[in-house]
Formats: sequence, structure tokens, C-alpha cells
Amino acid sequence: MHEDPQFDPKPPDADILCVGFGPATGGFLTTLSRGLAEGGIESQAFPGMPPQVICYERADDISFGVSGVVTRARAIRQSFPDFDPAAVPMATPVRNEKLIYLLDPEGATRRPAWLQAADWILNAFSSLSKVRHHAFDVPFVPDFLHKRDGYVMALGQFNQWVGQQVMMSGQAQIWPSTPVAEPLVENGKVAGVVLAGDGSEVRAPLTVVADGPVGAVSRRLDDIFGLPDGHERDEWALGMKFVIELPEGVDLEPGTVYHTIGYPEPEIFGFFYVHPDRVVSAGIFVPSWMQSPVRTGYRYLQHFIQHPFFWRFLKGGKLRSWGAKSILESGKHGEPHLAGDGYARIGENSGSTNVLTGSGVDEAWLTGVQLGEAVLELMREGKPFTRDNLDAAYVARRRASWLEKEGEIAENARNGFQKSLLSGFLGMALDGLSGGRLHLTRPRVRKPPQKLIDAYFGRLPHSYVEKLVAGCLKEGRPIHDALMDAVGWPEIPFDGQLLVSHQDALLVGGKVQAPSDAADHVIFRDQALCQSCDTRICIEICSGEAIRPGEGAVPAFDREKCVHCGACLWNCPSANVSFAAAPGGLHSAEN
Amino acid sequence: MSFDIIVCGGLAPDPLQSLEPAPGPALKNEMMLPAVFDPWAAHALYEAAHLAAQHPGNRLRVACLAPKAKLQQVMMIMAQKLPFELIPLDGASNGFSDAMPTAEALASAIQALPDLDRDRLLVFGGWESATRGAGVVMQIVGERLGITEQFLAVDELRIDNGALVIKERVEGGRHMVSRCAAPPAVLAWATGNLPEPPNHPQTGMANMRTMMPALQKAPPTATASGIAFREVALPKVQRETRIVKDLPAADIARELAAWVKE
Repeated sequence: MHEDPQFDPKPPDADILCVGFGPATGGFLTTLSRGLAEGGIESQAFPGMPPQVICYERADDISFGVSGVVTRARAIRQSFPDFDPAAVPMATPVRNEKLIYLLDPEGATRRPAWLQAADWILNAFSSLSKVRHHAFDVPFVPDFLHKRDGYVMALGQFNQWVGQQVMMSGQAQIWPSTPVAEPLVENGKVAGVVLAGDGSEVRAPLTVVADGPVGAVSRRLDDIFGLPDGHERDEWALGMKFVIELPEGVDLEPGTVYHTIGYPEPEIFGFFYVHPDRVVSAGIFVPSWMQSPVRTGYRYLQHFIQHPFFWRFLKGGKLRSWGAKSILESGKHGEPHLAGDGYARIGENSGSTNVLTGSGVDEAWLTGVQLGEAVLELMREGKPFTRDNLDAAYVARRRASWLEKEGEIAENARNGFQKSLLSGFLGMALDGLSGGRLHLTRPRVRKPPQKLIDAYFGRLPHSYVEKLVAGCLKEGRPIHDALMDAVGWPEIPFDGQLLVSHQDALLVGGKVQAPSDAADHVIFRDQALCQSCDTRICIEICSGEAIRPGEGAVPAFDREKCVHCGACLWNCPSANVSFAAAPGGLHSAEN
Repeated sequence: MSFDIIVCGGLAPDPLQSLEPAPGPALKNEMMLPAVFDPWAAHALYEAAHLAAQHPGNRLRVACLAPKAKLQQVMMIMAQKLPFELIPLDGASNGFSDAMPTAEALASAIQALPDLDRDRLLVFGGWESATRGAGVVMQIVGERLGITEQFLAVDELRIDNGALVIKERVEGGRHMVSRCAAPPAVLAWATGNLPEPPNHPQTGMANMRTMMPALQKAPPTATASGIAFREVALPKVQRETRIVKDLPAADIARELAAWVKE
């Protein structure tokens, strides 16, 4: 950060720089490009020319590395009143939405006693409860959760559709494969960005930060400017999903949506969306408040799709694609400073995700639209992008919108999960059904993940756990498979089509890759800390098996397998992981 | 002597995607898949840029036939690698385009350039494409432009006192070296010798000042022909993965040799 009262700023290279292309930037650039096309706004960087707008995206294509989604699309439809889902591959209206409670068919999950009792009751009175395929069809979807007027989409395809329209307008450039290392901060103002790779500085009067949950620019801004008082980013989840082609003879209605709870662990929520042309997205969320240190998204996802409720559809299907991403679930409680001199923040990293409604894409889009409208207003009035001006034009719009009101309701919805699963569900229901008026108090201290011994207390002997862990370390493999096998999870019956090894999944659909000349973007800062770590959750959670046990119990990183989900960052109990912006990752366009 | 270099190229599906044939014939979800600049044409472009950098009077342009929206996306990456001007043509481009109308469209676009200097003209391209590999587009482009000096499967070009010294692949794994006194000439490249350049965002920003307006004006280009493709098949891929750590290279080689013998 440059600090010099006599500092003479260099001339700008563009008018507006965006960091990251996702739904938030999509909403921003859609709104901005339409306004700029109306004319009458001149570039500050290049007088006499139209404004120069550049967006830098880390991934190798604007359709890579994002997720499947069901969304009410309220803001998206406001931007596209005539939105035709048929124009976007894999998009379709929601037609049938259910909340399913999945029972445990194997008896291997970490179910507390009260949940086991609930399962027993449901099974005992199955003629009344209508438990079928080890699943209970909850008779209603709570109003705060429903998506019945929305769309099922593949966000990669939606991003591509939006990005093409923005670029065809000629009003903005979107640069894939261009990671941004950090903001360029001079005299307390954001003056542009520093690009990863060649380290070049690019300057602009406004930098729009939309680099997602684990974006390097966002994190650096938080380091420099801090979070508002009382705010913290302490709730996360790893979302992982498969895109599956249904087997011949299985036809599910496109637009069918199942939200699930109860399995493969009671803390893991799941989803199942049916796209057109007999394709489904099935996935799970592994939350940071799951106390188990065995946080393997991949193995749990394989069990999830084999649950009898889904396996009757999926058996014989084919894995088309696979992907994972972190989700910043702190929502409004993790909201950073939304604007400052020379910058504004939109999207997931701006705290827009709503954990109560389970919705983030539409909210992110809306933040982009609001900033787009604000920027057009300021440019038309010839006002500079100062904190005060951005607060008045952008933040005020956000505060007055449904995003803010719903964010406030959701702010305390997850408070109970830190205490126990039961209080978590009760707290969420209380908050959601009362419209946020009633909620549990936020715990002062977050519980760290359990130690391995504690996690398996009463299920596996202490000495046996130690033996398993030592064996895995010696063989250089994660511990989750050995521990899950030991507590009764069945082996995965690999079929080479849908149930494939984690390593093979890296080669399905759009394969994972890293440029040959790139440096490692994940670094373990203090190796002694890693050596003394009991759990090494970074290895267990790693979505691409890019982090494995290495020499001397220090994790080893293989960048060619990294999907840039960033889960290692928030799963390290010692904050010992350095996670930099870098190109590469998944090449899946169906996620 | 300076050169006016024009590289012809198209797009191909990102090689990291899994392709599946579909009735029609077509590739399943082809329009959904991300695209890259055709790898064979990319080799030609890297060689062309290397040559263009040798003399300040050299000029490098890329004539590219592809759906405009896809082309725009791909150019956002290619433009970061090298300085060049773009001659975009908005039309269908995939493995089911016929070589003749594709070549005619490219040749017409080159012919129509108002500042084309035939005495300095070098037309580069790939000797085949990753989408179909008909291997004849560059010859037809040369024919339509009336260029008789044509070199196929080029691996190396050297300039010697204004003459072109060209190394081509020929049968039997050999190379043939020819000397061409002067342009115009068509060079359809094999792999060349140059790697993919890293991205330079500043180069991209400079390129985009001319590319964005050009893309906005990309003329719609018809490439329909009377050819009907009946069927498409892809090579069968069988994966048998075994995860082994720290296996000596000699053991890997031995295992591979045994597998090949099988």
C-alpha cells in the first residue's frame, strides 16, 4: 500500500475494472453496458472516447468453475423481463419442488440420539409417515425456502449467455485466464489492481470487486480496511456436485427440485435438480459447523447419490461433469465495507448470500444491478467514485431493497448450529417462520473442529484411530476413507461410469489443469504448525485431492489438481494456508 | 524486406472437454462447450508473430471464421498472447463445415482488404484443423488468391536475404528444405518450434482497441455446401487408472512397453 501525501497518481488505463466474472458482475455489466449504449457518457481515462470497461476473470473461461443452481431469479427477470430459459442450455422453470428428509439406510451416519429416535418413529409408523426408499417427503416446503417460481440452471451456461451479450454490446471486455493478485492501494484509495503473473498494475477510477467467496482482492481489502464493527466471516460450506446423465428409461420431469436434509450426515444439506434432456445436478454442502474433521465432499457425495431415494433414478447413469466451490455463508453478518474511495464490492464476498433461503445467485445479481445503476448515475452527473458518492448511490440502493430486508431476517438464522444440530434446526425454523423476529443468540466463540479422537469417541477405540491415522500418513493418503470404512460406511462400488475414483473425476467433463509455467498458489506458511496439526482437514476437504500428506506430515500441494474451491483456506484451524489468485482449474462448462 | 502476414484460423472445442457424437451428425452440446483457437492454426500464429517481431515494417493479421459470440470469447485470450489485428468473419465453424466454402470465405476476406500488398503477402494457417482435419483449406485459400508457392506441414521458416527458406515434413519422417525467392506464399504449418506464449494483459488491452470495433462489424458469412455428413464417431477411450506414488521412471517405461506389446 502506497502512502505518500505528495503522491502524484499515474494516468488511468481504463474507467472501470471488474475483478471476477460471476452473477454479480453479470448483473453489473448488463446494467452498465445498456446504460452506456444510450450514449452521453464520456471516458475519464480517454477523453472523447466511450468509457473503457474491463473485467478480469481468473478461470480459463467465463463458464468455468461455477455451480448449478435453483433460483427464484427475481432480480434476473427484472433485468431480462422476457427471459426465455430455452435460450440458456440446461435452464428450465421449476415445476415440482420438495423437501425430503433422508433416513440413514446403512446406520453409519453421525446421528444424535434424538434423530435416531425420529428415524425409528418414522419407520415404525411408515404407513402413516409414508416413508418410501428410506426417505420422508416433508409435506410442505417452508415459504422462506421455496423456489417454485424460479429456474433450475447451470450457472456456467448462464454466465456464458450473459457474458456473450455483454461482449456483443461492445461496451465491456471480459478477460478470462487473468487472475488479479491484489488491489492497488495508494493513499488509502483503491487506484486499480495488480495482475497476478506479470505483476503489472492497471489503474482505473473505479474497481469493482466481485471475486467470489475466497477472492484474493477481497481478502486483501479486508486486511487493509478491516470489517465493520461486529462483523465476521465465520460460516462457510463446501458445495460439491455431480452433473449426471440419467440412464435410459428414466425420465424425470425437468424442473423437479429436491432439497434434502439428514444424509449423508445430518449436518449435510443436499440438492437434486432436474435439467432438460435427462440431465440432473446432485450435490451436497459440507458446512464449517460440522464438527467432524472427516470433511470429505467427494466420498460423502458418492454416498448421497447412492441413497435409495436417488439411486432408483441414477443407477446406470453417467457422470458428465463434476465441480466444487466454497460458499461464504456468513451473509449479512460477514458483510464488509461495501464501498470506499475508488472501489465497490458486490456479490458473494459482499455478504449477499442468504443462508436462510438458500439463495445466492439472484442476490449477487441484484447487487451488481444496483452498482450498475449507481455508477451510471455518478458518471452522468460527473461525480467521482468516492466513498461518499458510492455510499449515496450504491449502498443506499442496496439498503432500500429486498436484499437488505431478507438479509437481516437471515442474519441470525444459523446461530443455533454452533451449539448443536437440534438447536440449529430449531433456531433456523424459528427465525424463518417468524420472519427474523425470533432467533437464537449468536455464540461468542465458534467451536473448532473436533479432534479425531473426540470425533470417534464411543465409535472406534482410541488406539485403533491412531493406528489408522498412522497407516494413512505412512501411505500418503487422506484418512477419511479408512475412518468411514471403519464406522460402517459401505465401500463405493466403482462402475467406471458414475461411481469413479476421485482421481478419475478430475478427468470427467471439463478436466482440471494448471498452466505449466504457473507457481504453486497454495502454500503452507509455517510447516511446524502443520506438523503439530491433529486433523489436517485441508487434506480431507480438498475437492481435487490436490492436497495430500507430504514429507514430514506437512501437506503437499499439486496445483495441477486444484479446482480453486478455496476450502483449504477456511478449513485450516491455524489460518496457516496462503491461497493466491492463479489461472487454471476446472474446465467444466456444465457446472 | 517486410512482410504482410495473414494467419487463417478457426475455433475448436476446448481439448479438455469430453466430446460425444450425436445424431445429425453433430457433437453433443457442442455450442455449450467452451472453444479455443484451433491448435494447428495457433502454431502458425506463434510462428507468424515471431517473424513479425523481426522487422518493424512487418504486419500481422488473423483472419478467423467462427460464430461471433464464440470468437469474441476466444479472442479475449489470444489477444493477450501476441500483438495482431483481427479480420473476423461471423459464420459457422466446426467439424461439419465443408473445406471449400470455408476457404473461399477466408480468401474473399483477404482479397477484399484494401491495403493488401501481394508482393509482401505471406498466408499462414494450420496444415489441418482439430475439428476435422480435412487438410485442404490452406491450399484452396492459396488457389483462390492465385498464390502458387504453397508449402504444407511446415516446421520451420527462415528468412535469408529476403528469400524464404522453408522446412516441410515429408513422407518417412523426413524433412524437405525449399527456398522460395519472395512472397507471396502460403505456408500451412505443422507444429513449428515455438511454445504458446504466456498471457500479457497489457498486450491484450492494446489489441482490443482495434479488435473490439472489428468484432462489432464482423460480416455474416455463409459457409453452407451441398455436402451431407451421415455419421460421426469418436475414438473409444478406455481408462484404467491405478494410483501409484514414487514409481521409478524405468518401471513406468517397462510397464508401458509391456502394455504396448499386448
